[in-house]
Parts: sequence; C-alpha cells; structure tokens
Amino acid sequence: MAAKTDIKKTSLVLAAITVLMFGFGYALVPLYNVFCEITGLNGNKAISVVSETESSEIAQDRWVDVQFDSNVNGDLPWRMKAKQINMKVQPGKFYEATFTVENMKNNDVVGQAIPSVSPSQASLYFKKSECFCFVNQLLKAKETKDMVVRFEVDKDLPEAVEVITLSYTFFRAKAGNS
Amino acid sequence: MSTLAHEHDHAPSGLKRWLCSTNHKDIGTLYLIFALTMFFVGGAMAMVIRAELFEPGLQYVDPQFYNSMVTVHALVMIFGAVMPAGVGLANWMIPLMIGAPDMALPRMNNMSFWILPFGFALLLSTLFMDGGAPAGGWTMYPPLVLQTGDAFPFLIFAVHFLGISSIMGAINIIATVFNMRAPGMTLMKMPLFVWTWVITSFLLIASLPVLAGAVTMLLTDKYFGTSFFDAAGGGDPVMFQHIFWFFGHPEVYILALPAFGIISQVIPAFARKPLFGYASMVYATASIALLSFVVWAHHMFTVGMPLKGELFFMYATMLIAVPTGVKVFNWMATMWRGAMTFETPMLFAIAFVILFTIGGFSGVMLGMTPVDFQYHDTYFVVAHFHYVLLTGAVFALMSAVYYWLPKWTGYMYDEKLGKIHFWLSAISSNVLFFPQHFLGLAGMPRRIPDYNIQFADFNMISSIGGFAYGLSQLLFVYIVIKCALGGKKAKDRVWEGAKGLEWYVPSPAPHHTFETPPKLTKEMLEH
Repeated sequence: MAAKTDIKKTSLVLAAITVLMFGFGYALVPLYNVFCEITGLNGNKAISVVSETESSEIAQDRWVDVQFDSNVNGDLPWRMKAKQINMKVQPGKFYEATFTVENMKNNDVVGQAIPSVSPSQASLYFKKSECFCFVNQLLKAKETKDMVVRFEVDKDLPEAVEVITLSYTFFRAKAGNS
Repeated sequence: MSTLAHEHDHAPSGLKRWLCSTNHKDIGTLYLIFALTMFFVGGAMAMVIRAELFEPGLQYVDPQFYNSMVTVHALVMIFGAVMPAGVGLANWMIPLMIGAPDMALPRMNNMSFWILPFGFALLLSTLFMDGGAPAGGWTMYPPLVLQTGDAFPFLIFAVHFLGISSIMGAINIIATVFNMRAPGMTLMKMPLFVWTWVITSFLLIASLPVLAGAVTMLLTDKYFGTSFFDAAGGGDPVMFQHIFWFFGHPEVYILALPAFGIISQVIPAFARKPLFGYASMVYATASIALLSFVVWAHHMFTVGMPLKGELFFMYATMLIAVPTGVKVFNWMATMWRGAMTFETPMLFAIAFVILFTIGGFSGVMLGMTPVDFQYHDTYFVVAHFHYVLLTGAVFALMSAVYYWLPKWTGYMYDEKLGKIHFWLSAISSNVLFFPQHFLGLAGMPRRIPDYNIQFADFNMISSIGGFAYGLSQLLFVYIVIKCALGGKKAKDRVWEGAKGLEWYVPSPAPHHTFETPPKLTKEMLEH
C-alpha cells in the first residue's frame, strides 16, 4: 500500500487530538471557575476576601436586606444557627454577622463551610473582609463556637436587587484538605 | 505468500475467522450482530419498564431495580446498539463506497470491536451485584451516582472501554477516508454516507475523551479524595453537568448523523433522482456538528443559570434547526416528482423523515428556555428523544439493513415480511411514544416507577405500543436469518435506481474487493 506512511501520519494526528481532548475535559474545571469568577456567576465571588477600607461614600438613603441561611450536611453531627435572621444594611458600610456552631458528638470533628450568595448578580457586589469559610474548623467534643463574617455590600449593587441571601453549608472536612 | 489464497477469494474458517479477523466485512458483520444482540438486551429492559408502568402502583419490580433498568437501558441502547450498528455499517460500506481494499488500520479494527463485549460484560455484570446495577441515570450525575455500590467502578471502566472502542473506530474511519480513496473519488464526490461518517468520527474524537475525563473525575472523587464535584471540598456538582453535556450533546449527533447519511443514500435510490443539494447536505452536516459543541447547557436550563447564559444557549439551539431543516427539505425535494417505489428500505426512510421531524419539532420546543422549565424531566423529554433515536436513528439503521442486506448475503430478503415488519414498527412505535407527549405536558415526571392515576390511560396505551414494538422486532431477526440462509439470488445492482460504487461489486460482496483501485467512470461517481 502506497498510502502507508500517510495513514500513520493521519492516525497519529488523530490520536494526539484524542489525548488533547482528554486534557481539555480536565481543563474545563479551572476554565469554568475562571469564567464564574470573572462573571460572578455561581456565587463564586464569595470566595475572595477583601481588605477593609471604610469608604466615605455610604449610600445613605439605600437599604438592602441581607438574609442569612445556614445548613449542615448530613454527614456532620453539627448544628448551625445564624444569630440574626436578617440585617438591614447600607451599601458601602461593613457589618458583622455571627453564627453559632455546635458539635453534638462526644469527639472532635473538623468541618468546613462553603458559602453561596444569591441572586447571582449580587455575588459580584457582596464583599467579605473576614470569613470562617473554606478553612478547616475544629470543634472539640460538645463544643459550641461563635463564627463571624464581616461583609460589605458594594454601593454599585444594581438597583433591582433589594434582598441578598448569604448561605453557608458546613461539610465534614475531607481528609488531606486544608 | 498468500497471494494465491487471495486470488481464490479464500476466507479463513472457524472461530479464528471471527476472533482474529482483520477483514472489514467480517468485522462489520460482527458489529452488526453485536448491535442487534444489544438491541434486544436493552429492549428487554424497556419491556420491564413498560410492564411496570402498565398500571399505576408498584407491580413487578422494586423502585431501585426500576431505576437500574432505566439507567442500563439507556447505556446499552446508546453505546451497545445504535453506535456499534453505525460503526458496523461504516466498516462494511465505506471501503466499498470509496473503492478501498479494506480499512486503513485492520488490526486496530479488530481490537476496537473486541473491546465492546468486554465493556458490556463489565456493565451487565453489575445487574447481579450486591447493591444492584447503576441506578442514577445514564447521565451519571453526582452526588447521586456516587452512592452506587460495588457497581460504581464497573460502570466507570465500562464507559472507558466503550469510549476507547469508539475512538479507535473513529480514527480508523478518518484514516481510511483521507488516505485510501480510489483515484478520482474526490472529497466532494464521496457518497453522503461516507461524509456523515467522517464528520461523526471527528465528533467522536473531540467529545468522547471529555466524557472519559468526566467519569475519571467521578472515580477519583469517590475513591481518591479529590473534590471535582464534591461541595464539601469546594467542588461543584453542577460542574459535572457542564462537562458531561459538553460530551453529551455532540453524542446526540454521533447517533443521528450516520442516520442522515443512510437516508441520503436510500431516498435517491428509490426516488430514481439524484440527491437534491449534495453540497448543501455536506455543509449542513458540518454546521450541525460544529454547532453541537456550543449548545450543551440546553440540557440543564433549570440548574440556575444567569439569564444571559440561558438566552445564548436558547438561540444557539434554535440555530441548529436551520441546517437540520436544510436536510429535511433536501430529502423532500429529492422525492419531489421522483419515480418513487416503496420497497421496505424506502418505507423506513420516509417514516424516518416524517417521524424524525416530529422529534425535531419537540426538540425546538424543549430548546426554548421559558417552556423548558415546564417540560424539563417530564415524559415530554422521553417522547422527544425516543422520536429522534428510535423512529429516527433506529429506523434509519433498519432502512440501511434492508437496503444493503442483499449485497451482504447475496440473497433477496422477503419483501412481504419486510413490509409487514415496517408497518408493525411504524404503528407500534407511535402508539408507544406519541401519548408520552401528552403525559409530559400534563406533568408526569420521568424515571419514577409509579404515577398518579390521572396518567393511567395514556400509560397503558403506551405500554401496549411498547410490547407490540418489542415483539415485531423478532420478525426482523427472522427476516435477516432467512435472508442469510437463502432465497432469490440478488443482482449486483440490487436496486434499479441505486447509485454508488458498492453496486459494481458482485452480490454477495466477495471477501476481498478493490485490491487494485477501480478505474472510476463518470456514472460510478453519480449520487
């Protein structure tokens, strides 16, 4: 067959595409995350922590309702409660919200909280200077702890948004996760 | 060394002929027999589903097993029946259609077939395991799929095997078509079936590795502590849906494009007219393939996407209706004022055009974001994808088998029985799936073994259609076996109006064909 080397060449190129596309499947994970971070979709902006610079421009005549939602995954023998159900806040000003977390078991357990902000278009404008999320939290047997989040609603928050929900879910920390 | 044997058209005999075969016709036959077997395995599962849904309440199987049936039925039909049947046809027909002696990579061809039985042994063995077969749906969404018991790694590795097999098949097809065409067979002179398979092969190579990656992530999430989709570790379960459907939507066209190719061969043959708009058919196929990579999120409108995302995916989805419409109108224009006769392949082809279009229309409805919120996860979706896959892809495959069976066996099939098989299939499949549109619009959710009594009548009608369809396929097996064993001798050009190189070789096609490239005349290249 005269075409033997051509066949080899075509097959190798196609095999290379296969390998590339396998890698692309994995690359989709960071790509989606970058995409969500840029656009603020999926509440992913909630991850970043800003430094607190009290701005002088506080929207004096605007009030936004921030609601707090707390959940515990079924795997974790904890109880979590927001000390306040909601807060009326002024954009541009920092506030503090406290959650009470209790370990109901007789042994030490490590958990980790994952935040989420909705509606998604608000997540770009919801900024935290201090948060207990995304780090391992150790609760000793029967221990109760207050956990604090400091946040600011950006003054550029679209007018249409009047209510923002900040939701936390505590999961049992996976072994080997920091 | 073996020149002499080849000259006498000698085929090796016994088990070794099939196990070690590198002959494209033998491997094509193996693929087709395997696909037909899996069609009945998956069909038996569908019968369990329809029996359970015959009446409201729980009758025959427990919900977990019902869910397993739904899940494994889908995997078997997609990866075991429709895809291998398409690859089998490609193996048999592409070398004959382009004047090549065999596939470009005959040994890999053998391997890509023989991986399939092992993949399905893994998948079907899970039915007998503690904890049962996978029951989280063929889409394998986490976190539900991660609750699968011992069957989980078997599911993942089965998907890997089936994926590897398909990718090897795809590489082989492209390598054959790009390098082994007879002199004069330029790309734009190739039969449309070959074109659709080249484009399908590119879809396979670009999308199946992504599925392999996604299921590997599931595997490491469950056993190796990664958190791709696990919210506890900062992952996101919705991410899986995005990655899965990046594969999943092209997969839909992997199942449908070869069917388009078949229909584009059959209709001109029985309308005795050249295919209308050959070039536009090629470009329409290519644009459908390209668009299929940017519409994936229309499978997941309800996960909570932002408005702009929903709009983008809605418009992109609507756009696919344009090239698909080009194809349907081209088929109609081919038939327009043709001297049509209605042998079994043509009957299946015409039914395909009508019924696939119905499935296409319900697809357009599902693609509209606002209404999809009502239809999502209802029987409307089930009706839609069975119209495009059963009365679409499977009818086209049936059409192809009747069209080329005399070329394969050298005998004519029983035309009268073929027509009976067609009418039984066409009527029963509509009795089976049409009422499911109404069930879905009325709000009956899919993947649940019990239902509200308001859905009872339509479900009973649907089940009766299901049993009738299942039974009529036994007639198909009888027709094929009868044709393989003997009958009226088939002419070389089996169908008076059939065009293409495959009709210039004797019937049955000898074991080796086109060992020296054929000299192509003008009429050999007609469509």
